[in-house]
Amino acid sequence: MRKIFSGWSLIRAYTIFIYLWMFTPIVAVVLLSFNPQQFGSFPMEGFSFKWYIKLAHNATILDAFKNSIVLGALTSVFATAIGIPAAMAFVRYEFRGKETLNTLLLAPIMIPEVVLGVALLLFIRWLQQPKSFIILLVGHVVLTLPFVLLVVQARLVGIKKEYEEAALTLGASPFQTFRSITFPLLAPAIFAGMLFAFTISFDDVTATLFWATAQNQTIPVKIFGMLRNSISPEINALGAVMIVLTVSLPLFAGYISRKFARGN
Amino acid sequence: MKNKSSRPWLLLSPSLTAVFLLLVVPVCFVIVYSFWLRAPSGADIPAFQFGNYAKFFEDCFYPSLMLRTIRVALETVILCLVMGYIPAYFFYRTESKLKPFLMILIMLPFWISFIIRTLSWINILGDSGLINHLFIKFGIISSPLPMLYTEVAVLMGLLQYLLPFMILNIYVSLDGIDKSLTEAAVSLGCTEWQAFKEVTLPLSLPGISAGCLLVFVLTCGTYLPPMILGGPGNDMIANLIFKRIIGTLDWPFGSAISTILLALLGIIVFTYNKYLGINQLFKSLK
Repeated sequence: MRKIFSGWSLIRAYTIFIYLWMFTPIVAVVLLSFNPQQFGSFPMEGFSFKWYIKLAHNATILDAFKNSIVLGALTSVFATAIGIPAAMAFVRYEFRGKETLNTLLLAPIMIPEVVLGVALLLFIRWLQQPKSFIILLVGHVVLTLPFVLLVVQARLVGIKKEYEEAALTLGASPFQTFRSITFPLLAPAIFAGMLFAFTISFDDVTATLFWATAQNQTIPVKIFGMLRNSISPEINALGAVMIVLTVSLPLFAGYISRKFARGN
Repeated sequence: MKNKSSRPWLLLSPSLTAVFLLLVVPVCFVIVYSFWLRAPSGADIPAFQFGNYAKFFEDCFYPSLMLRTIRVALETVILCLVMGYIPAYFFYRTESKLKPFLMILIMLPFWISFIIRTLSWINILGDSGLINHLFIKFGIISSPLPMLYTEVAVLMGLLQYLLPFMILNIYVSLDGIDKSLTEAAVSLGCTEWQAFKEVTLPLSLPGISAGCLLVFVLTCGTYLPPMILGGPGNDMIANLIFKRIIGTLDWPFGSAISTILLALLGIIVFTYNKYLGINQLFKSLK
């Protein structure tokens, strides 16, 4: 391509500025979590792991962590388990109403999350069911399903139908074909979809605040409760842990899936 | 493949059941509930009356909150566009080896907890936050500027949440444009700016509009930034729903507000889909 034009350095500077704007608050959270001072604010007065140690001894936070991880893991399993067949149906078959149904399944993205939160809560209230972990789980499955569907569908489009047809012609059953042909080819997308679902579930707060109870608080719900008092260095420390966890997970997954891809 | 016609339905049935039972039916319930009455005792009485809607529109408090929501959402959309287009264009044109790394970096906020990103602005804008700390240290001001609990703070939170969506939508659209079109325009005598204005910008419009729609809808559906970063005067419609449902347990009125929000966004999405097609929106999410 032709060498870069005159305004280019401005564009680059602007982009750098946007990055700085976006990441300064995040870096500040991590930095301030090491501030031994009583209030979570500037200036930094030394460096200590005090707040992390305090965090590790806070039983309710550890409980919330456990809840979040169990919930995220189950959500990702269920969302992919029902998302994969749906993606297969949309990519591999022609049937009436396909477009409409596809839009319907992606609807949770376009419906305001606050309304989703209210709707499910109202529904179980009408059914006279108490809020429970199950409600939280099924709610999260619906929230994450569209993302799993998009990721798996996108990958499935790229897998040639001929491979499956060849297997079927050679006498494999549809299930055998899926297990030994489609599934291995689809594995990176399934993995990515599960991870996506896990992170969305792990981070969700808008709808979760409607569904969570005191017994099954997740980490973001817990943080929301802690914020009621004021921002404390403990919140910064918890934030830093969350940042490291949710950021390293996709980077690690990207590394794994590239390894996967090379293996094929 | 035999009985080909039933198999897709079999494959779809778990997802459809889940979405139908947990989304379609509950949302219908919200609409039905919005016509119910709330007894003074707090019990909900099945009815068909428009009292909850009348209450919403009878004085200017609720409609002005609605208008504020729309205004803040539009401000967010415009700022996202201004802040997002140039970085997206940078990704499109750059030949830097760092490009994949920079792309991952712009996606990273997606993975960082929304509540953490929102509250992180307290550390920047608060009375003892970074900006006030630096300004006071260098003697620019003597007492902290009140920046937190204002609309600016709310916008910062919203922008940080939504900017990556805008950048990605625009980038996906730009990435589909053949770069030789710009080269052709330039070699035929256009300046870079003219080539951008006449070729690249019009071709990236689908991404721009998809990004705008997504940002608008997501802004209208969130209550966290106003709640954490805003003051009492910065509430948006979603905050109102949250307060009516979780705070005062006024289910019928909360349902009516939810229905009004759904109707507003429904009209916008419907209009968008009619003229531009919704599928562009899902492209970027892949």
